[in-house]
Amino acid sequence: MVAIAVAAGITTPLTFPLFPGFRRSSRSSQLRMSQKAGHGVITGKFELRPPPYPLDALEPHMSRSTFEYHWGKHHRAYVDNLNKQIAGTELTGKTLEDVIVATYNSGNLLPPFNNAAQVWNHDFFWESMKPGGGGKPSGEILDLINRDFGSFEEFAKEFKTAAATQFGSGWAWLVYKDKDKKLAVVQSPNAVNPLVLDQVPLLTVDVWEVINQKFSVVHSLRR
Amino acid sequence: MAIRNLLTRKTLATSPLGMLGFRSLKTFSLPDLPYDYGALEPAISGEIMQLHHQKHHQTYITNYNKALEQLDDAMSKGDASTVVKLQSAIKFNGGGHVNHSIFWKNLAPIREGGGEPPKGSLGWAIDNNFGSLETLIQKMNAEGAALQGSGWVWLGVDKELKHLVVESTGNQDPLVTKGPSLIPLLGIDVWEHAYYLQYKNVKPDYLKNIWKVMNWKYASDVYDKECPES
Repeated sequence: MVAIAVAAGITTPLTFPLFPGFRRSSRSSQLRMSQKAGHGVITGKFELRPPPYPLDALEPHMSRSTFEYHWGKHHRAYVDNLNKQIAGTELTGKTLEDVIVATYNSGNLLPPFNNAAQVWNHDFFWESMKPGGGGKPSGEILDLINRDFGSFEEFAKEFKTAAATQFGSGWAWLVYKDKDKKLAVVQSPNAVNPLVLDQVPLLTVDVWEVINQKFSVVHSLRR
Repeated sequence: MAIRNLLTRKTLATSPLGMLGFRSLKTFSLPDLPYDYGALEPAISGEIMQLHHQKHHQTYITNYNKALEQLDDAMSKGDASTVVKLQSAIKFNGGGHVNHSIFWKNLAPIREGGGEPPKGSLGWAIDNNFGSLETLIQKMNAEGAALQGSGWVWLGVDKELKHLVVESTGNQDPLVTKGPSLIPLLGIDVWEHAYYLQYKNVKPDYLKNIWKVMNWKYASDVYDKECPES
């Protein structure tokens, strides 16, 4: 049974519906914060994680230079600025997801939210793609897509439309809505992501202007 | 004579077409730039000016016109929910058209006065409201750098209270969304499309350099109209 990895383990007790064979990605973001070896003391500094493949690995869909800029400058800046913003506050020592939820503040965004959420969003974005990816999913997730969208083609159309119609800067997501127990395509502005909307993100594409690329949907299928 | 004019004058209400509910919908077209695409170099590259004008601004106009046609249709059918649904597309695309039309006018090549500091009553008002021109520029640049996502930074005048304001708006929201009596004097587009090709992620450099081609004469003219010396 193909296990679909949901990148970035979610630390809340949110129980993801356990498909048979489902397991969380081993690249859990709980490990992201640097820890003093042996003592488990969290130093509170987030680090810029490298993408799970080399910077030229997504060519020709995304050029090495675009990727270098996006990860090396923009993603890095979010990490650096987040660390600066939370230094000396009670947000240090929290996991990234906790910082995001705390600074989302039920919609009344606190200053670190943008940086925290964008760090997470970009980590997730790199994991949503892989070299040689693309095509169609199979197994559990394809069944759900067929059930909730009618067909894979319908889903892809809806996803592309969501990506193309987001006003200004934002993201398009494939999510699982726990309370409705179904898949959905959602769009979000600026840095907002499904974690704060109580949905489980499965895939994303960055549609901030600098990344304006008409992607064919590139899936990440992990065993 | 006058009576004949009255009889022949077609008003919406009484003309046959008017009575059928037709009215001519005013749509919009891309205004010309008052200078060449390359005229603002090196502050803003010709490549950006061309893309910004011919692609981005044109797209806002195209989509605004489309939304207006749909609105017209929905209004004439009394389709209230469609009318309401169209508001965000109108605000976004109409705002994009309004904002960019101002933007082209508030830039000017250096040889045509771009960058020359404001004199006269706007100069005075800036000193009164902000202390100095340098302070104003610093304030606007700080707001522009801090703006997350897409939006604009504005220098505006409150025509009721007769004072200057610095405001930012998100996406293509016009300045008036921050206050009904606010009139824009200068707007700086801080969407990535306005600077990225040239400045990449170094937005602060774009903000520093745009002042070299700022058309203070346009801002002064608007200010004098809203706040005439009594």
